[in-house]
Amino acid sequence: MDGVATVLAGAGAAVTLRGLEKNYGGHGAVRGVSIDIRSGEFLTLLGPSGSGKTTTLMMIAGFEQPSAGELLIDGQSMLGVPPHRRNLGMVFQSYALFPHLTVAENIGFPLKQRGVPKAERMRQVEEALRLVQLPGLGGRNPRQLSGGQQQRVALARAIVFRPRLLLMDEPLGALDKQLRETLQLEMRRLHAELGITFVYVTHDQEEALTMSDRIAVMENGQVAQIGTPEDLYDRPANRFVASFIGESNFFPAVMRGIEQGRVVAEFGATRLQALAGSLPAAGAEIMLTTRPERLRFVDGAPPAPGENRLSVTVREAIFAGERCRYLLEAAGGTRLVLKEASGAAIRRRAAGETAEIGWAAEDTILV
Amino acid sequence: MSDASLSDAGAASPPLAATRPARLRLGPLAPWLLALPPVAFMLAFYALPVLGMLSRAVLDPGWTLVHFQALGDDPVFQRVLWNTLYLAVLVTLGTLLLGYPVALLLVRARRMAPLILLLILLPFWTSVLVRSYAWMVLLGRHGLVNEAMLALGLLDRPLRILNTPLATQIAMIHILLPYMILPIANTLRQIDHSLLRAAAGLGASPWSTFRQVVLPLSLPGVAAGTLLVFVLSLGFYITPALVGGPRDTTLSMLISQQVDQLNWAYAACLSAVLLATALVIIGVFAKICGLGGGAFRMSAR
Repeated sequence: MDGVATVLAGAGAAVTLRGLEKNYGGHGAVRGVSIDIRSGEFLTLLGPSGSGKTTTLMMIAGFEQPSAGELLIDGQSMLGVPPHRRNLGMVFQSYALFPHLTVAENIGFPLKQRGVPKAERMRQVEEALRLVQLPGLGGRNPRQLSGGQQQRVALARAIVFRPRLLLMDEPLGALDKQLRETLQLEMRRLHAELGITFVYVTHDQEEALTMSDRIAVMENGQVAQIGTPEDLYDRPANRFVASFIGESNFFPAVMRGIEQGRVVAEFGATRLQALAGSLPAAGAEIMLTTRPERLRFVDGAPPAPGENRLSVTVREAIFAGERCRYLLEAAGGTRLVLKEASGAAIRRRAAGETAEIGWAAEDTILV
Repeated sequence: MSDASLSDAGAASPPLAATRPARLRLGPLAPWLLALPPVAFMLAFYALPVLGMLSRAVLDPGWTLVHFQALGDDPVFQRVLWNTLYLAVLVTLGTLLLGYPVALLLVRARRMAPLILLLILLPFWTSVLVRSYAWMVLLGRHGLVNEAMLALGLLDRPLRILNTPLATQIAMIHILLPYMILPIANTLRQIDHSLLRAAAGLGASPWSTFRQVVLPLSLPGVAAGTLLVFVLSLGFYITPALVGGPRDTTLSMLISQQVDQLNWAYAACLSAVLLATALVIIGVFAKICGLGGGAFRMSAR
């Protein structure tokens, strides 16, 4: 496998999007997107449908022309360069395998366009098939393959000509969960082996968190936040990112001030502390957020320094195997979610019980 | 026989029938019953008359093959058959060359597509007789084409177009064009758009994409259109009779002449040849393209 990888390896392309815009009849599908995609990076464009992620990808591929802005691949402007001259690989959700060609002919298609002689073509096709773990299937018709196998063929076809950039538009969207997880790992492996820059579009936040070096979260045609999966999960920049990636609890609170480098705010009658980010004026209405698995039941234990405490009522307890999920209600009717690991030593709470919960100020973010 | 046993099997499973009490319980017989009226109609008003007519070729005066044997060394028949086949091939090629780009345009154009479709269908809805007369007006010695070219100084004296093979070819290509365009447009429309993007993304120029992806995937439509146009041109009568030359007789014109002369056996013989030619062509296409599974299913969708 190492030998194959070195043959196919090549440095990835660096892609720069600068103020990229796309308007469809007055409606802005993409509104000023600027991202620096580094050479060899696995970057995911994540967002709900209509957020402009696919349009952005299509502009990189050359299927859509930007209304404004600049697009550079390895420092060269791609504006006006047709797709077939951009030398990038592309994988579609619908696989887009040519139904009138065999698997081998499909994979050989980009090589044929580049004038690679037939014998050399067949050798490289066989290598690519081995790389996606489908050796010996070259003679089949794409329709004889399962969905997962078809997408592997599409992947082989997109990398066989050693592009420096691979674009993928929800490639796993049509597959079932288990197959999706297997292929996610495989794409990560391919990315590591090939050193190609991957730009990946998905609406599945779990997929984005598992696979990406960095994620650009998109909302309404703009980048809401860009960062590593840890960045986005632990320090979401705004309410949209906090609720789109993972699950979040929100506390509407009133800003009181800064103490020992922490934001102090009042949530109803309860004093809460949070990591200091931006600093709103005292008295301003703010929103604090924390993740469900960072909350825990404390049951009268003395609070650690800098720990937030809150009295709640258990509304519902849902057992979900590895963990138990509690729906809680705080004073003022705010709904919270708490996730607790399940185990013999852990007491299960019943609906209607009152309890005290606690969590660290470091796990509380001002959004 | 098999129908009866199938319906018995249906009756022998009461739980299945009991779950759908409101439905007509015809079971596997239903498709056959539905097909019965049209099949009966076709038998009575098409198959029987055709058989009756064809039988004249071998039953005049008694059982004989002498009329067919006579065709073998009949120079008139041979020239007419050749004319007919040559005309059909030429018209088919003409509609294919002119029709494919139109089909492509029809599928690619977005806002103009309804207008293009209307322009294709409007003549299609007009009677062949009317259109043939229209071509007589256009192509005549003092027709629009000649007058226009004279006025532009392209000609010194009017060209003789009407009543030549060229006139027949032009008019028939025009009349049969929709039969070529529509099946091709149908298969083109079914080509997944992402295939074209994939091809471009993988480095294929627009021309390579057309040659290596679009063209091969549209072949079922091309086959269906070719078959339709070819078989229809074989039996074309009105247009060659009206705009064609007197010496460029086609098989259907010869049949008509023989009927006028009450030469029934000869006419029946010629009809049998025409029918057999069409059936052979259809058979060959079925063999090559898989008629049931390929061209027609695709174009019928």
